[in-house]
This record gives sequence, C-alpha cells and structure tokens, in this order.
Amino acid sequence: MEQWTMPSIDWTTLMPTIIVILTGCAALIVEMLRPKQNNNLIVGVSLVGLGGAAYCLLSHLGLPEISTLNGLVERDRLGSIIQLVLVGVTALTILFSEPYLRNKRIAFGEFYPLALWSAAGGMVMASSENLLMIFIGLELLSIGLYCMAGLSREETKSEESALKYFLLGAFASAFLLYGIAMFFGATGSISLSAAAGAPEGAQGLLTLSSMMLIVGLGFKLALVPFHQWTPDVYQGAPTNVTAFMAAASKAAAAAAAIRIFSAFVPVQDFWMPILYWMAILSMAVGSFSALVQKDVKRVLGYSSIANAGYILVAILGAIKSGDGNFAAAIYYLVVYSAATVGAFAVISVTAKAGTEGTRFEDLHGMWKKAPLAAGTLVFFMASMIGIPPLAGFFGKLLIFQTAVNGGYVDLAIVLAATSVASAFYYLRIMHAAFAADETAIPTQAAPVRGGLKASLIICAASTLILAFGANKIITAIEGEPEPAVTVALTGE
Amino acid sequence: MLEGFLPILVLIAVAALLCTVMVTLSWVLGPKKKTPYKAAVYECGVAPFGDANERVPVKFYLVAILFVLFDIEVVFLWSWLTVFKSGTTDQMIFSGAAVLIYLLLWILGDAYALKVNAIDWDEATSIAPEKLRDTPAYFESTEEADAGLSTVGGAQ
Repeated sequence: MEQWTMPSIDWTTLMPTIIVILTGCAALIVEMLRPKQNNNLIVGVSLVGLGGAAYCLLSHLGLPEISTLNGLVERDRLGSIIQLVLVGVTALTILFSEPYLRNKRIAFGEFYPLALWSAAGGMVMASSENLLMIFIGLELLSIGLYCMAGLSREETKSEESALKYFLLGAFASAFLLYGIAMFFGATGSISLSAAAGAPEGAQGLLTLSSMMLIVGLGFKLALVPFHQWTPDVYQGAPTNVTAFMAAASKAAAAAAAIRIFSAFVPVQDFWMPILYWMAILSMAVGSFSALVQKDVKRVLGYSSIANAGYILVAILGAIKSGDGNFAAAIYYLVVYSAATVGAFAVISVTAKAGTEGTRFEDLHGMWKKAPLAAGTLVFFMASMIGIPPLAGFFGKLLIFQTAVNGGYVDLAIVLAATSVASAFYYLRIMHAAFAADETAIPTQAAPVRGGLKASLIICAASTLILAFGANKIITAIEGEPEPAVTVALTGE
Repeated sequence: MLEGFLPILVLIAVAALLCTVMVTLSWVLGPKKKTPYKAAVYECGVAPFGDANERVPVKFYLVAILFVLFDIEVVFLWSWLTVFKSGTTDQMIFSGAAVLIYLLLWILGDAYALKVNAIDWDEATSIAPEKLRDTPAYFESTEEADAGLSTVGGAQ
C-alpha cells in the first residue's frame, strides 16, 4: 500500500468556491424556513455571499499561481477571471430573477440555491487541471441546470427543455468520461499536465481521447454539429435560467476547453482541422439559422452558437501561434456574458400573470411601455453586433488579431462575414422593440423596478466600462509579461 | 502500446461469434410449433389480463430518487470505512472530516426533502401559495393581483 500523506491545502485558493457553496446551503435553509410572502431574504443572502466570493477572487488576481490539494485545484489568472465571470453572471441573474419568477408564477425559492451550486460547479471546472475534477465540476454545473430548466413545471415547453437538456447532457458526459478514460490509458494519469509526457506509442490513444473530449465539450459549448439542443432548450427554459445557462455554462466550458486543448498540443495535427471546421460551421449555422427564427429566445440561442464559434476562433488562434495568450477568448467571454444576461433580462420584462411572450411581436411597443428595458436593449444588441464604442467591438477586434497572428486569416474572414450577417437579426430585435407597429398587439410589460432595473443598468454600463477599460482588463487577464504557463507548477 | 489491447479485441470477436452461432443454430435447427397458448405472455403461470402500458403515479419516481440518495450514501460510507479502519491517525482525521462535511450536506438535503413533504403521498408542492401572487409593489391595483391569482387556479 502506498504511503499516504496529508495533502497541503491552500484555503485562500478554495475560499471563493466554498463561499458560494455555503451561500447555496444558507439560501436553502432560508427557503426551508418557508418565507411566506416573498424570496427577498433568499436573494439578499445569495447576493451577500456572491459579493464575498467576488472580493476573494479580486484579491487573488495579484497572487502567484499555485496548485493545491495535490494538484486538484489551480489558482491562476484564467481560473480566477472565469470564476469572477461566473460569480458576476450569477449575481446579475439572481438580481432580475425574483420579479420574473413572481410574474411567471413560479417563485420557487429553490432556484437560488440551485443557481449558486451550479455556479460553484462551474468554478470547480474553471480552476482545475485535473480531468476528473473538471468532470465533477461539469456535472455539478449541469445537474443544477437540468432542474432549473424544468422550473416552470406546468409548461410543456419547459418540461421538454429540461428533458432534452438532460438526455443530451448525459450523452455528452459519457463521451467526456470515455475521453478521460482513454487519456488515463495513454498517460497513466488524469492530470492534464501528463499529456506532454505521454509515451511515444500512446499517441493514437491520446488522439482518440482528444476526439471524445471535443464531443463532450462541443455539447457544452454548443458548437456545430453538437448544437441542436441549444435553441429548444433556450426557448423552453424560464428566461432567467436561459440567461444563466447561456453565460455561465459557456464560460466554464470555455475555460475547460482552453486548458484541455492547450494540454493536447502534442497531437494537434489531428484535432486542429476538426476544430477549424467546427468553428466555421458554428459561426455560419449560428448566424444564418438565426435569420429565420420567430422567437427572440431562439434567436439568442443561435446567436450563442455563433458566439461559441468566435470564442473557438480565439482559442485556436492562441494555440496555433504558440504564445498561450488566451486574452482574446476570455475578454470576449466577459463581454458576451454581460450582453447576453442583459438581453435575457430585457426579454424577462414580457412575463406577466403567469404567461410570457417571447416572439418578435411580443416586444412591439416596448420602448413606450418599458423605456428603460428598451433603452438598455440598444446597448446589448449594439455590443453583440460589434459597434465601435461598445465592448463587443473590441472583443471581436481582439479575436480577429489573434486569428491572424495564429495564421488563421480564413477564420478571421468568416468571422467578419458572419458578424455582418448577424447584425441583421440583432437589428431585427431592436426593430421589434422600437419601430414596429406598437398598436397591433399590446405588449405586456412588467414594471421595471428594483433588481431588474439594477441588473439592466449594470449590464448596460458594463458594455461601456469593458470597452473603455479594455486595456486594464486585458492586463488583468494576461498578468505580468511572463508567460502564463502552469505546467511548471506541479506540486509545491 | 496498442498491442496490449489485442486480447480484448480477440475476446470481443470470440464472444460475438459464439453468440451469433448459438442463436442462429437454435433458430435454424429448433422445431417451430406455434400454439396460441405458447404465444401468450408469460405471467408466472397466471392468465394475463389488462394492458401492460398502465400509467404509474409519478410519486413512485420521487420515492425511488430519494432511495437512490440513501443508496449512494451507503456506498460512499462503506468504501470509506474499509479504508478508515486501517488508516493512520492523520488519515483518519482528514478523511473523517471530509466525510463529516459530506454527511452534513447530505442531511441538509434530506431535511429539505422532509420539509417540503416530498415523501407524503398526497398532493405536495414546494411553493408557498402566497408566492403565487405578485407582491403589491409590482401592481397598481389589488384587482390585478387577484386576477393573477385566478389565472393560476384556472391553469390546473
């Protein structure tokens, strides 16, 4: 029997995740006390906890990169920034959830603990180089999302969404596990850093493993051809859940993808072309399918597929150029998260008295009935299109540069072309809210107050702040000039 | 490296071949005398009645899921205890603390399930009826709030 040694634990590294999990427990305890009138106390507890976690994460940014718990958890810039994104997205979603859930007549207090634990799963996933930890994080993230997608229990759409997401998610998890098993077969370890030291004869197994991992991550990132679930699930799930799903799930999966693909560089000749075509297809299918949709949530679903393609371009460019600088992908993720959560928050305004309208007609006349929501919608859509003063423009510019640096000029051209095409459907959403005939169908708009108002304003402001503070944020992502490689930091 | 997997491949091939041969041979060689009695559904010697596709209350599913929680817990505890018995003091303290945290979370979940009457057979919901109407702040008048409440009643 092997000699057992107590793993050294760096509690500051684990603290943000622990805080989020405990906040979830606290929120559940509050729910168990059955507050009769509203969920405000649960929201308050959740927001305080997330604030604490965000404070811890911000203090991590300057600290040296270490690995703790026998190499199960990493503290590095990539992990900390993605964890910050997850915490921020969760907070923004929780802010606008309460009015929406009330108006939709599904004010389950359970939503908040589920969202918090889901976020904790994403945080585990984003901060580990260990494949099994990534898998456990992914499952924790997903199981909460399956429940939340079916939150609106009396709606067939919501049930369909939950079941579809669960079945396809389980399928994807199986692929991921197969990939992990093969990785273990090839290297004798489940730590990603072992990929570089794989024996000469194990390349075939490693290749097979990379293929399985691509399938598993492709589902989570919603890359074509593993994207079919996205529009249906996004449409059926309650709008606040969709917002969380679109931003948090994608951020965590992108972090895992960055770590995994960087580790698989030894067999990149095999999987690079696959991902190259997946990126092109995601951008094209996402942008062009969105043009013919009638439901705004479906449009945003397809938009998220196209955006996953953009992020993949940034990841590929960074890996190909060999500098390991994923600032473009991470910056774009931050920008995309803010705009997406905001856009879904705007759509949540249409929920009233147990119903919700998410077709284009249902947004008609919004600028009159909910001027603040319609006004902030301009920021979100403009940022998604990539109109210069807003953050989306800098995000796309950075991805463009990264792609060209990596020698993927063709990917950069596809990115530009699909961006132009996507402008059409983003403008169509704005057209529905502003210009279309507002007398034909009366928009039902919930009053924009409290948490919803705060969420909208913060999201809209962040599309501006992220643009004007772009340099500062990119320095925060890149850190000091030294290369952000964590392979050298095995053990302590 | 990959040669190591050759025995497994051979095993799979032999198993597939053997199954095919056995099934095909009994299908080709076996006598086929069909009688209505033979074609009937086997129901432990009792003559079958009714439809097999009956609706089962979804509550069974909830009970089954809760049972799975207990099941998994025992699996974890059992494997932990086997190591715990022969562990060093350090190991006992560390793994004991880890299991304690796990059990606390598990008890919290269980308490929640009891609190929301998940195992009561009667109609149970985890949403307080008061939460099914808007908070007064979101409405201009109380009639509107009442209208919202009646929508929910009508949806059933």
